[in-house]
Amino acid sequence: MINGISINYYLMLSTVLFIIGAVGVMARRNTIILFMCIELMLNAVNLLLVAFSVLHNDASGQVFVFFIMAVAAAEVAVGLAILSMIYRNIKSIDTDLLGNLKN
Amino acid sequence: MLGYTITQWLFGILSFLAIMFALMVVFSRNPVNSVLYLVLTFFCIAGHYLLLNAQFLAVVHIAVYAGAIMVLFLFVIMLMNLNQDNEPQKNIYSKLIAGVIGGLLLFVMVGALRGTDHLEMKRYGHPDIGLVKNLGQVLFHEYLFPFEIVSVLLLAALVGAIMLGKKELK
Repeated sequence: MINGISINYYLMLSTVLFIIGAVGVMARRNTIILFMCIELMLNAVNLLLVAFSVLHNDASGQVFVFFIMAVAAAEVAVGLAILSMIYRNIKSIDTDLLGNLKN
Repeated sequence: MLGYTITQWLFGILSFLAIMFALMVVFSRNPVNSVLYLVLTFFCIAGHYLLLNAQFLAVVHIAVYAGAIMVLFLFVIMLMNLNQDNEPQKNIYSKLIAGVIGGLLLFVMVGALRGTDHLEMKRYGHPDIGLVKNLGQVLFHEYLFPFEIVSVLLLAALVGAIMLGKKELK
């Protein structure tokens, strides 16, 4: 059984999730929450890729989702390493304090 | 039930929960709560994958995101001792502007997508494209080279994270 749900609802759901992530990136100052909002946006795109892959009966979309997951994992690992180094240096992860990277 | 099938009910409930939990991620003050709400959002998205017959992807999604990435986030939050809600807030104007920009973006996207045709998911064809066998065939035939590149990328990220995490760089 493949569900009888219109692709439009998936488009709307992904749009709403993506925009929640984008607003989170703009509105928060904690860098970890920024990373989480980026994950949210990536997941919105993943959901849409899977929906279109099912719509077109083409498995390539789901393979792209694998690649996106791998890249997201790499991004999070390096990003959090950078973040912990910054925290060791300036004892904060406030985005407004990261403006001057030199000191 | 009210003219809707079970699948449509499930879709509605999962969508509602996913959006609610996503909003809680953004609006909760404590970073630990944010992480836990994000895990719940990921479970809802995995439910959507199951509804789309992408079973393997649903399992991988839970294992990678809820199992690995979110644990990494929790570790970092607890290492930095950030599990209090003493985050400095942006001033009200920045938040207002962020909300307005988000609203405008939503307006534009919904306006652009509203006119598209209502294409239903195919009821016939190959309902098993999301299974391991089929995905493996595609991954290791058509996408073998990108797959190897991704493995190199992960190795580079691993080495980079270790190098960055060291106390003293020589």
